[in-house]
Amino acid sequence: MIDFIVYALLAVSIIFNILGSFSLHRFPDVYTRLHGATKCTTFGTIFAVFAVVVHSIWQIKETNNPKYLQMALHSLVALIALMLTNPTGAHAIAKAAHLSGYKPAKAVIDAYETKLRGEIQ
Amino acid sequence: MIFIGFFYGILGVILAGVITLVRVMLGPSVPDRVVGVDTLNTLIVAGMILLGAAYDRVIYIDIAIVYALLSYIGTLVVAKYLQGGLE
Repeated sequence: MIDFIVYALLAVSIIFNILGSFSLHRFPDVYTRLHGATKCTTFGTIFAVFAVVVHSIWQIKETNNPKYLQMALHSLVALIALMLTNPTGAHAIAKAAHLSGYKPAKAVIDAYETKLRGEIQ
Repeated sequence: MIFIGFFYGILGVILAGVITLVRVMLGPSVPDRVVGVDTLNTLIVAGMILLGAAYDRVIYIDIAIVYALLSYIGTLVVAKYLQGGLE
């Protein structure tokens, strides 16, 4: 029974990771590629960690070994570190790309550019 | 006890990493390559966690935590270099 739950969580994780890496090839621009790739891979990694946690809790119930409790807690710490650092890194890349002169493709209004020039307060 | 499902998960993560590596190699500009490397770091962390669960080694998951924090620092340093200094 718990086998099927772990398999389902792993399937969701693989599908979202592969969709995130395909979105790097289907979007025309740096900013839209960053949007698709960062969101999809973060969601897929969340489900991979959930699969590990469910498997660890099942092993605690089966074998009563404290190593699996350590495995579940350290996986959750890795998930928290990834969820804190991944959007911050994406924001830094987007701001650096805009400041170094790469314009968004097919965009009519660039609000950040006009804010930098001081036309909109 | 080895649970065989995690190996299929690692196979899927490796497939996603190969698709990302194509974008890193033929990206037309520098921020495209940086986005590809950032995505690849997230995929490597997921693969390390799944590998630690597959082989029943907790130390692999600790290495995944350290790799996540160090890749974040590397991304920030490259972004600071790209926008032209500490401003």
